[in-house]
Amino acid sequence: MKNYNSLIFEISQPGRTAYSLPKNDVDTVELNEELPSHLLRSEEPELPEISELQLMRHYTALSNKNFGVETGFYPLGSCTMKYNPKRNEVAAKMSGFSAIHPLQPTNTTQGALQLMYELQEDLKEVTGMDAMTLQPAAGAQGEWTGLLILKAYHAKNGEGEQRKKILIPDSAHGTNPASAVVAGFDVVEIKSNERGTVDIEALKAAVGDDTAGLMLTNPNTLGLFEKDIAEMAEIIHDAGGLLYYDGANANAILGKSTPGMMGFDVVHLNLHKTFSTPHGGGGPGSGPVGVKLHLEPFLPVPRVEKEGDRYVVSSDYPDAIGRVKGYWGNFGVNVRAYSYIRTMGPEGLKQVSESAVLHANYLKSRLEPYFKTPYPQYCMHEFVLSGSNLKKHDVRTLDIAKRLLDFGIYAPTVYFPLIVEEALMIEPTETEPKEMLDEFADAMIQIVKEAEESPELLREAPHDKSVRRMDEVTASRKPVVVYQK
Amino acid sequence: MTEQFSYLPDTEKDRQEMMEAIGISSVEELFSEIPEAVRLREAIRVPDVMSETELMKQLKQLAEKNHTAEDYPIFLGAGVYDHYIPSVVDAVTSRSEFLTAYTPYQPEASQGELQALFEFQSMICELTGMDVSNSSLYDGFTSLGEACNLATSTTKKTTVLVSSAIHPQAREVLQTYAYGMEYTIEDVALKGEITDVDQLMGQIGEDTAAVVVQYPNFFGGIEDLKTIKEAMSESKAMLIVMANPLALGLLEAPGKLGADIVVGDMQPLGLPMSYGGPHCGYFTVKKKHIRKVPSRIVGQATDAEGKRGFVMTLQTREQHIRREKATSNMSSNQALNALASAVCMSALGKQGIQEMAQQNVNKSHYLAKRLSEKGLKVVNKTPFFHEFVVKLDKPVDDVNEALLQEGFIGGYDVSKWIGQDNCMLLCATEKRTKAEMDAFVERLEAVSK
Amino acid sequence: MAANKEAFLYTKEHEWIEVKGETVVRIGITDYAVDQLGDIVFVDLPETDSEFIAEEEFATVESVKSTSEIYAPVSGSIQSVNSRLEDEPEVLNESPFEDGWLVEIESPEPFSQEGLLSYEEYQNYLSELED
Repeated sequence: MKNYNSLIFEISQPGRTAYSLPKNDVDTVELNEELPSHLLRSEEPELPEISELQLMRHYTALSNKNFGVETGFYPLGSCTMKYNPKRNEVAAKMSGFSAIHPLQPTNTTQGALQLMYELQEDLKEVTGMDAMTLQPAAGAQGEWTGLLILKAYHAKNGEGEQRKKILIPDSAHGTNPASAVVAGFDVVEIKSNERGTVDIEALKAAVGDDTAGLMLTNPNTLGLFEKDIAEMAEIIHDAGGLLYYDGANANAILGKSTPGMMGFDVVHLNLHKTFSTPHGGGGPGSGPVGVKLHLEPFLPVPRVEKEGDRYVVSSDYPDAIGRVKGYWGNFGVNVRAYSYIRTMGPEGLKQVSESAVLHANYLKSRLEPYFKTPYPQYCMHEFVLSGSNLKKHDVRTLDIAKRLLDFGIYAPTVYFPLIVEEALMIEPTETEPKEMLDEFADAMIQIVKEAEESPELLREAPHDKSVRRMDEVTASRKPVVVYQK
Repeated sequence: MTEQFSYLPDTEKDRQEMMEAIGISSVEELFSEIPEAVRLREAIRVPDVMSETELMKQLKQLAEKNHTAEDYPIFLGAGVYDHYIPSVVDAVTSRSEFLTAYTPYQPEASQGELQALFEFQSMICELTGMDVSNSSLYDGFTSLGEACNLATSTTKKTTVLVSSAIHPQAREVLQTYAYGMEYTIEDVALKGEITDVDQLMGQIGEDTAAVVVQYPNFFGGIEDLKTIKEAMSESKAMLIVMANPLALGLLEAPGKLGADIVVGDMQPLGLPMSYGGPHCGYFTVKKKHIRKVPSRIVGQATDAEGKRGFVMTLQTREQHIRREKATSNMSSNQALNALASAVCMSALGKQGIQEMAQQNVNKSHYLAKRLSEKGLKVVNKTPFFHEFVVKLDKPVDDVNEALLQEGFIGGYDVSKWIGQDNCMLLCATEKRTKAEMDAFVERLEAVSK
Repeated sequence: MAANKEAFLYTKEHEWIEVKGETVVRIGITDYAVDQLGDIVFVDLPETDSEFIAEEEFATVESVKSTSEIYAPVSGSIQSVNSRLEDEPEVLNESPFEDGWLVEIESPEPFSQEGLLSYEEYQNYLSELED
């Protein structure tokens, strides 16, 4: 299987199967007796025909061409690639959680509702918010939900038509402006200053009676804490706007600060980042949204509440923005986060942030002599290097990223944030042992040396993966997105 | 002495060495950038740390408070179904190389995920009869919202006509999407349990961006997509179909009946009910809309040595590049669940999906027939797939409560949406045995009259 | 046939304008713009007959990881588009001044050079950029 490179369709043989359906113990009903023939499939669905062992070998071969957190170090900035605990997986797979239907009467799902309620309470505490919904499926949906809450709030105050602008720093994740647009707002970009944080003067110049709110990640995507947050909150609030906290980087502040204290009105968290649920190759995640009291009436419905010792759901909120996702959100992901919070407790969560920040600063101090570090202050849980000093060897950040793969290390986030040239954004997380941090630093230092001595080693990297660099230009010009015989 | 947690590797020695290298004497110094006014000085009030044993015991207690489909034969469907899931699904998705990976930003180290998603896209296109699929979205309802956003932004028209036979929660999510992008939703009335095509024709106008129907619809009915498309022939509106992928094992692919966008949820194929999530939306279009598709698409490519491989392609559609010019904010998808569905579809294969779909038809029709024989009225007048509505003499909640006492999870109360009192939507999947159905019919007859 | 670039007019957004008649101009982007973009993978052109006012966005040009909006240098309606770019966006890389033209716009009024750069002015502008 070493050189296996087949698509599952290419190993298909007519007649093979890998399933075991229950016996059909009732009469067969021919739909064609009732249904017009044009509504019945004219061609059989060409799904693969393989045996069960072939199936397992195929997917095992694929998994061997994939890199996860358990394969090796995954220093992907702003993604918080920490260890995904096994006990969370065991929890989510308990039949009492996985084999329940979302529309069952609530008296048959008290355990699930209790878990959701308690998780809401925990997340309120972590964020300093007054109310929480678990409905949003992921961070981007959380952003959108939070922004719709802002929209509804301003509309309720008769300022819906007037407050159309969302202010977003130029260092923000791309989802921020995109979410604002799909929530019906216009985006105003706020420049960062030379310290890498929001330029207060630029912020002052941009706010006005058309400001709906400010979206901010704190620490920001450069891994820097926005020290002036209290002043920023005042500026926005004085202008009648609201503050939105993008929780993508919440792993830096657990038990150290809360968005609530900082003056934010609405928050989303990424449970798949801060609260250890697996990323699954791109999802599923979960993006709970918390709000301060004045925004509570606008939270999505239904909401999970407690009445006496019963857990109930209520949609009786006339000002609510409505429903953002089917059923109760990504419940299975929420079970994992609940399990994690209980494993760590208050002290453990604080240690998470302390170690995450210590690791990032340690790596930064080790790498500083070899790369440009655009911002000198201590970083939080992540930091950004610039690979621009290697351009003289005709080596780009992309080449560094690809070469790292040869060392059995995943690449950091590259070319983001946009405000740093040739950016490498590194987030080591708290779960990496110091030996791994050193191995990574050694690899990076060696790569710098290679850039001087044998740059082609970088430009041609990676050398030992299942494929070499891919021709993305042709793939985009002439897209092939489904299997063609 | 700091408490040692199993997920946190730093020893006192590690900490000392790292602090020395940084040039600090306490970790606190690193937090000096956080002003005192916003520093938390008390411990956060979350429950205290639990050992693995204590945690599992507590979780088990919570789990046991729920009535599961493993213990109670379930006749509830309405968008989430109790189906057979081959054991291989969990075996594959538990592999940490898939489970713990991020979005495949570095294709050379992510070929497994990329190929699996490419295969997923191919299977979805095969079932739906469409040209292009993305590599998944959150769920079926948000996929529908994205589809309507695409339709309104592409046609530059502002009204979406929505069949009253779509899932009520899909309708609610769509309303929220429309609130965001500021377009209008108009409902199209029912004729019995299916969309009234005559009404629809009258409603289509200059400003119609799209027509939305569900296939099979919320009440189990099989909408005649061909007739609906014909009703739209004078209009530039798009036909958006939300389809159950299992039903497409038997029913004609919407893409062959004129659909412009087909979306839905993969839950019936390989995903546990999990109290409603995480499931997995799919999103497909005809080729001309390929560059308007939200979220990630995997494309085939060749590497520097000419070897076939896969990459995330057409990325300029996406929010991380387009920012405020984006038409969708989708970032994460449900890749792991797309993988689960792909494994399930591979296990079922060409024969299995047809056989499974056929069994759903058989079982639900058997159940309907038995209920009719007992004098209970089946509301559906037109052919259905694996769900149908039955009219009871008592409120559905009361009947469900009584059924629960007898060890069954009953159907869904759809009275409000179908416009008649005491209407229960019932579903029988391939997992319901004849014996379970016979017992259920007997109890339902007893408690509903 | 090589284009007579010296006779074209230019904008600071790196577009070129070729006067095709009293009210008709052909528009493209310069080799400088193309070099900045890298390998072009997609060109999104407007429909014919659609109308634009000067400085309005009328097309986008995409490379693998970036997208650039192209703004109309003059007001008018789209008379024709270079449909070859739909399937062969690489033509824009290979021949930005000739085969890679984007659209032809017909203006309601006779064409005016006001606000546009001559070839020489554009070359000077480019050398300023490099400093």
